[in-house]
Amino acid sequence: MSMAEAIIITIIVASTPLLLAALGELVAERAGVLNLGVEGMMIMGAVAGFIATYESGQPIVGIVAAVFAGMLTASLFAFVTLVLVANQVASGLALTLLGIGFSALIGESYANKPGIKLSRIHIPGLTDIPFVGPIVFGQDPLVYVTILLVIGVSWFLFRTRGGLILRAVGDNHVSAHALGYGVVRVRFLAVLFGGACAGLAGAYLSLVSTSQWLDNMTAGRGWIALALVVFATWLPWRLAIGALLFGAVGILQFHAQALGIRVPAQFLSALPYLITIVVLVLISGNRLLMRSNTPAMLGQSFVPDR
Amino acid sequence: MLKRLMIATAALGLALGVGAAQAQEKFKVGFVNVGPKTDGGWTQGHWTGVEMLQKELGDQIEVTFLENVPEGPDAERAIEGLVQAGNKLIFTTSFGFMEPTLKVAAKYPDVMFEHATGFKTAPNVTTYNARFYQGRYIIGQIAAKMSETGTAGYIVSFPIPEVVMGINSFMLGAQSINPDFKLKIVWINSWMDPAKEGEAAKALFDQGVDIITQHTDSTEPLKIAQERGKLGFGQAHDMYDAAPKAQLTAIVDNWGPYYIARTKAAMDGTWESQASWDGLAEGTVQMSPYTNMPDDVAAAAKDIEAKIASGEFHPFTGPIYKQDGTEVAADGVVMDDGALLTMDYYVKGIDGTPGTN
Amino acid sequence: MRIELIRRPERSKAMAWLSPVIAVALTLIAGAIIFAVSGIDPLRGLYVYFFEPLTLPFTLSELVVKAIPIIIVAVGLALCYLSNNWNIGAEGQLTVGAIVGSLLPILAPDFQNVLTLPLMLLMGILGGALYASIPALLKTRFGTNEILTSLMLVYVATYLLDWLVRGPLRDPQGFGFPGSRAFTDFQVMPTLIAGTRVHLGVILALVVVAGAWFVLRRTITGFSITTLGQAPRAGAFGGFSRTKMTLLVFLISGGLAGLAGISEVAGPVGKLDVVISPGYGFTAIIVAFLGRLNPAAIVVAGLVLALSYIGGERAQIVLGMSSQTGRVFQGLLLFFVLACDTFILYRVRWVKAVHATAVARPAE
Repeated sequence: MSMAEAIIITIIVASTPLLLAALGELVAERAGVLNLGVEGMMIMGAVAGFIATYESGQPIVGIVAAVFAGMLTASLFAFVTLVLVANQVASGLALTLLGIGFSALIGESYANKPGIKLSRIHIPGLTDIPFVGPIVFGQDPLVYVTILLVIGVSWFLFRTRGGLILRAVGDNHVSAHALGYGVVRVRFLAVLFGGACAGLAGAYLSLVSTSQWLDNMTAGRGWIALALVVFATWLPWRLAIGALLFGAVGILQFHAQALGIRVPAQFLSALPYLITIVVLVLISGNRLLMRSNTPAMLGQSFVPDR
Repeated sequence: MLKRLMIATAALGLALGVGAAQAQEKFKVGFVNVGPKTDGGWTQGHWTGVEMLQKELGDQIEVTFLENVPEGPDAERAIEGLVQAGNKLIFTTSFGFMEPTLKVAAKYPDVMFEHATGFKTAPNVTTYNARFYQGRYIIGQIAAKMSETGTAGYIVSFPIPEVVMGINSFMLGAQSINPDFKLKIVWINSWMDPAKEGEAAKALFDQGVDIITQHTDSTEPLKIAQERGKLGFGQAHDMYDAAPKAQLTAIVDNWGPYYIARTKAAMDGTWESQASWDGLAEGTVQMSPYTNMPDDVAAAAKDIEAKIASGEFHPFTGPIYKQDGTEVAADGVVMDDGALLTMDYYVKGIDGTPGTN
Repeated sequence: MRIELIRRPERSKAMAWLSPVIAVALTLIAGAIIFAVSGIDPLRGLYVYFFEPLTLPFTLSELVVKAIPIIIVAVGLALCYLSNNWNIGAEGQLTVGAIVGSLLPILAPDFQNVLTLPLMLLMGILGGALYASIPALLKTRFGTNEILTSLMLVYVATYLLDWLVRGPLRDPQGFGFPGSRAFTDFQVMPTLIAGTRVHLGVILALVVVAGAWFVLRRTITGFSITTLGQAPRAGAFGGFSRTKMTLLVFLISGGLAGLAGISEVAGPVGKLDVVISPGYGFTAIIVAFLGRLNPAAIVVAGLVLALSYIGGERAQIVLGMSSQTGRVFQGLLLFFVLACDTFILYRVRWVKAVHATAVARPAE
């Protein structure tokens, strides 16, 4: 396998959890909910995925457990912010705190236990094509799930009535409510989807990127996912590209070092965040882009008037 | 299970202490650690040492093992908390605890403190460390013999003297077998981040190295090595179980004997402040079994291990040159500890400068 | 069946008092469950965690030390949030304030006199304020969402600090280890109570709290802050400029965060190091909410949260509990408070039947 091929595969592995978590958050934000608790949901998914896989011996059980854990964590947030109308920012932070602490608590006895790695698929014939083969046909199953999700979310948001309603709720919840759409219900489902994706992203970390559980192993990836959503101006395909970029920054840094090129590590690590700020400014300045893509109701609570 | 035992012990100890009256006073020993005892690396190494200590001194002592104490101002409170809880001998096991340890030690001259990997002592503060560089030399030689490409990968955290010393020792060992041996070094700016360590390992293998070693704490690089059919070395802990086909050997931290000796000294009043730096000779550094290599390589490794342990050979024996050719040790001269503890340069044969800044 | 919220005609005074009590009670119950599940006697666990620290002079003093930066930052954030400006980047402003304030002792180590510390504090305030002006200006000039920009800048600041203490500002006598040289004499916050770590920061915190209370209750600026937050249109009619307000509150909260940062560095930490704050900037956000954006209540909330940190450490030493329980408690407490606070503004009703809403549906 050539070096370029290997690098591309490593970048894909690094980017996938970012893309998954960001995709879920994108849907939630499109519905108008800002969930800062992505890190908390992700890490709950990671610990649940690891524990379930360890106990059952089957990675698929772990994946299901992780999705479930993410959704459960998200539902807590959804209840407090959508039903009880609490402040979304504070609730999101509380969720992150709770997630990190709780996952460490239940994961304590599983730290450093040997895990099971989800293996790559191998399609005879296709996977063996030089260069393209392993990249396109030799990834682990979750990569393909992620790609399908990107396609699915994109199609849902822009080509179905359901997606239209969701975006309407995110852009103007008062009007949406007046039109008879269940704002709270739509948002609840969107947040749950976000939790499911974040949980899956966490499982990717403990079942594919590594095969172990470690306290706080998400290491800030949830925050990067939040940045990614903005960087992609809330469009799924841009999200995929952004995730690859953000993932590549980390990988290429190591390659550069190994090649003897000096790279200031902290600057590279800060780069994704700096770029995101620049993008934010650019799209805010551009009225048209702003209006067409940023959910106007982002972060604002909604209580139906009777 | 052990945690329950510890909780029970601590609760029991507290009850005994609170109950005043008759006291068959247990000697209290405290440990302050930056990570969890299950990290499979540095902190776990200390925990293993503590387990040995408990086995040896059993009911005479009561151990409190604090985990996940962040370096910084909070550490001071944790250390002082241990003092207030009656601990008389306190071990702080990370460099970042240096200032907090000294501050608390100044307040309590009757309590004994031991700080690992630091460089400041006081009348009641000892520094202790292990001569890991001895192990690095041995694995450097093994790497040079086992590598087909003549290049090894080295995953490291931060460019502190300890780490740089390790890199240099590894290289000197490798160069003693293959003068043209090459090293590719990747700094991940963290002591433990399995995902990053894995990515660094992949990057190194992708670039053509076929042996890796690390000064970071997780088993991920070795697992990647095994996946790729390559070889590597374990760090701080025997990582054979994580990668039975890939681990050649591991440099193991064995703090048990040191902890037992120091606790006994503290208990019978012979404890004194010192700057201790033990190695293979004292058993603080151990090499795990030599596996996945031909018998003659293993034999040679055991041989050099014995020579270093007996003092017959010292890894930093001249001639040693800096990258620019300056001689830092003449032929046959051994570098002194001070020079090693302040090492901030690479030896000849390694490209670049330590760190990423 | 669903839950319906009905807005009360005015804030329920009863709930305003009951809510934090209920939230704390719920947290304690949850805590008892966690202890029980971990094999520790719940009552003993709660005692060691929440009550014992208040009885020992050592932990009590540490409580105050820990609460200082949290309270200072939280007060500034309260001013921000009251005016509907969501500064989430206090951690970054704290960091930059610490960096800028530390430049004096690091670059001019021999400048040792009465002016040194005040200058350091002033520089810290300026540093934090300037850093906070970035998201503020981006909001006022480009309309950029300040939650996201201020959050991103936290990471930038953290990496900046990391680079500085491992590189340009590193102690030349430090054998290559990260961190600046230690501060001495006039560069250090004076200790107020001998034998403890209680330092000048306490006075600063009290001054800040009193100042904020005064501004909010007795000045036009304070009035405009709350008005613009609650009723922006009314505020605009009243002649209060949204733009000026955003800049003002960000500068204030950034400056206060910077003050907290340099106070920590010149106080408990003693030098510019890789880790100077265990997330005080984020804890302060929680404290601001727990204290309902009221300076006096923030003091209490800050002490409660500091207690959850201290208690967690004690629980590790005395009970052998995991060090992670602290975070769990903090998260739970915040959730319960947020949930209970709803009842101040709303009544809750369970609706059994599904109402058919008679509205015109758009043609499919």
